[in-house]
Amino acid sequence: MSDLFEYTLRLGDDALIAAQRTAEWIAAAPQLEEDVALGNIGLDQLGQARSLLQYAGQVEGVGRSEDDLAYFRNERDFRNLQLCELPSGDFAHTIARLLYFATYQHLLYEELRMSSDETLAGVAGKAVKEVAYHVDHATQWVLRLGDGTEESHRRMQSGLDAMWPYTAEMFASDDLVRRLAGIAVDPSTFADEWSRRITQVIDESTCSRPESSYQHDGGRDGRHTEHLGYLLAELQHVARSHPGATW
Amino acid sequence: MVTRETVASEHGSAMAHDSSDARIWAAVGEVADPEVPVLTIADLGVLRDVRREGDEVVVTITPTYSGCPAMDLIRHEVELTLNYLGVEGRVETVLSPAWTTDWMSDAGKAKLVEYGIAPPTGKRAVDGPIPLTLTVRCPLCGSPDTSELSRFGSTSCKSLWRCNACREPFDHFKNL
Repeated sequence: MSDLFEYTLRLGDDALIAAQRTAEWIAAAPQLEEDVALGNIGLDQLGQARSLLQYAGQVEGVGRSEDDLAYFRNERDFRNLQLCELPSGDFAHTIARLLYFATYQHLLYEELRMSSDETLAGVAGKAVKEVAYHVDHATQWVLRLGDGTEESHRRMQSGLDAMWPYTAEMFASDDLVRRLAGIAVDPSTFADEWSRRITQVIDESTCSRPESSYQHDGGRDGRHTEHLGYLLAELQHVARSHPGATW
Repeated sequence: MVTRETVASEHGSAMAHDSSDARIWAAVGEVADPEVPVLTIADLGVLRDVRREGDEVVVTITPTYSGCPAMDLIRHEVELTLNYLGVEGRVETVLSPAWTTDWMSDAGKAKLVEYGIAPPTGKRAVDGPIPLTLTVRCPLCGSPDTSELSRFGSTSCKSLWRCNACREPFDHFKNL
């Protein structure tokens, strides 16, 4: 398996699994505008996933399409961050994840625009502008909920705390990204900036930045939480029940 | 403007190479955005290029947003138009350089206002972790006294606003 295929799969799987979780809020969000907002954010993530998985298929060169990669791989073949697959939970949990993940994606894509790989640079150049809106949306909610009522503050804090143990995985550097120097972005290089941005929003919201805690990892190696299997069952069920069907 | 019918009937006449390319560009450029049907893909800047590769015409389009669900339909409409023209061709989708609202033509912006959608202001509304909202003029009564209801609207490219003067809600084509 080539390094570039593996790397592109990481980015594509992050976007795909995040899109699936975000889309769960359609028709279930606390208000109509939020329903539309999360629907649009999920659509952006899905669009990024499609471009990335399509490219991963090309790089792999054995004829797998974006659909083959999305629908016909099992849990252990997925390379996404565990943060992306965690259940949506309370609305504030979803917003906390969006703040952490979109801020990460924004910093990543900003750098990836300079990649020597033209396709990755192109996807990043497009996505970075969309993700800026995601960061903004998450920020607005963290501020509103954190600095709102006693109950909204409590829930926002609980969301920030619950997602925190899955944040260090985003910045893990490994041999793969080092071998792809110039093409891939080493995420450890922007960990401090991520931390600075997150802290600024959390401070402003009157919540407390979560204390360091045990940090989970393994997503990049295909080790996932028990939640991914259920997510994939829903995501893949139609395509696997009717293989080859088109619509 | 060249309609598809006249273009189709003219097909087969020996036109100069350049004018033929211009004709293809004009016809393909008339494909409407299915989500904002007053705009053509030329108005939007979604149509990037029409070029020849041997006997084939290659039309290049770019999405406004990565997940824009209209792209498949636009691609199909462009293929149909080429077919009307009797031209062998294909459609390529590119992501780079990334689409920006700066590519929207002034004619396109004027059509948007007429249609009831506030056009992009040309200034980036999002910068840094704390959001700053710029005023958008109401496309219905022209008042600058408006407020944003939701940064995400009926499609990826729009946000939802309300005019405080005439009380009407309206869409705003987001700056990107």
